[in-house]
Amino acid sequence: MEDLFSLFVRSIFVENMIFAYFLGMCSFLAVSKKVSTAVGLGAAVIFVLAITAPINWMLQEYVLKENALFNITGIAGLENTNFEFLQFIMFIAVIAAMVQLVEMIIEALSPALYGSLGIFLPLIAVNCSILGGSLFMVQRDYTSVVEPLVYGLGSGIGWMLAIVALAAIREKMKYSHVPNGLKGLGITMIITGLMAFGFMSFMGIEI
Amino acid sequence: MSEVAKSEAAFSKRRVKLISNPLNDDNPVTIQVLGICSALAVTVQLKPTFIMAVAVTFVIVFSNLIYSIIRNAVPGRIRIIVQLAVIATFVILVDQVLKAYAYEMSKQLSVFIGLIITNCIVMGRLEAFAGSNKPYDSVLDGVGSGLGYSWIILAVAVGRELFGSGSLFGFKVFEAIFNPINSALGTEWAYTNNGLMVNPIGAFMLLGIIIWVQRTKSGYVEE
Repeated sequence: MEDLFSLFVRSIFVENMIFAYFLGMCSFLAVSKKVSTAVGLGAAVIFVLAITAPINWMLQEYVLKENALFNITGIAGLENTNFEFLQFIMFIAVIAAMVQLVEMIIEALSPALYGSLGIFLPLIAVNCSILGGSLFMVQRDYTSVVEPLVYGLGSGIGWMLAIVALAAIREKMKYSHVPNGLKGLGITMIITGLMAFGFMSFMGIEI
Repeated sequence: MSEVAKSEAAFSKRRVKLISNPLNDDNPVTIQVLGICSALAVTVQLKPTFIMAVAVTFVIVFSNLIYSIIRNAVPGRIRIIVQLAVIATFVILVDQVLKAYAYEMSKQLSVFIGLIITNCIVMGRLEAFAGSNKPYDSVLDGVGSGLGYSWIILAVAVGRELFGSGSLFGFKVFEAIFNPINSALGTEWAYTNNGLMVNPIGAFMLLGIIIWVQRTKSGYVEE
């Protein structure tokens, strides 16, 4: 088992969802016009990533993997089952269901939080960073349920860090003169590139 | 029906527009800001980019078709999950075909084939077009959006592979140009690969520049 702290720090900085893998770019670019909304979306992403990564890990480990069903239940006739081809559809179903569930729980427990997060939650079901997190987790062969949890949490925090930083820059950008064709998406892409430059300095760091 | 509706030509003006609009004026990547993730992640080399372009176009066209056929039977409240199920089905199909016939390529593209499911272009088209239009129109719209997406990512990939690795589809362009000149003139000209282009940063910069050029030409200004 990997050192959890190192996994956590690595998933925030070195393997940042946005600057290293370009995941969740659509909402990253679309919802980064104001810092307050960026914080809301970022919090929702942390929440959902930290929940779905461990659940999908269990699903993969105990149901989808080759022979997994037999190892768990011990029922004869379930040997050599392999449902890995169903991976995508199962993962996306879990994510959509979780997002719905989280939305309902937040609405019941804290209407104030729901007011600020509510509109973003449905968006998150189609945020690539969530499904990407689950798919990366499968590739990396984590051995216990704690690792995907830490990984999901770290990636979420890294994503939030990125979107809040970009939103802050874009708020300041209102006062600068950008060429017409570059306004909006164009200049945002270039800024993101420069931010990725900064995050490159974390590459190769070992903790 | 007693009255025979005047049927529209297979490629009437309106329908040609469905295909041609997403190519430039209403491009899914540069104007609508959709599907950026994969546009950047797979474009280091042309070959995987080409596979990705074909895969995404296939998924858009067929999920548009299927969703458009079943659109009236889908209750509004659960339409998102139905859309995801339709898309996921086609993505699984693509993934399995790639695993069977192009295993190396599927390893290289890793999670990004799976991420076509959450590619906003596909879902955006289902939600915005196929949900309220007839199957044939939806297919045309899917072809248009798929091609609009494809040319942008291929353009980014040409820039990145040419300047980042000095080749196109693995063919060493600069060596092919410089070698005959060098042997004839006795010079030692060569192209030094630009590491920035292989890096994510190069992708952001290139896409930024493509957007700039395209928007300057079309005169589109945001906000």
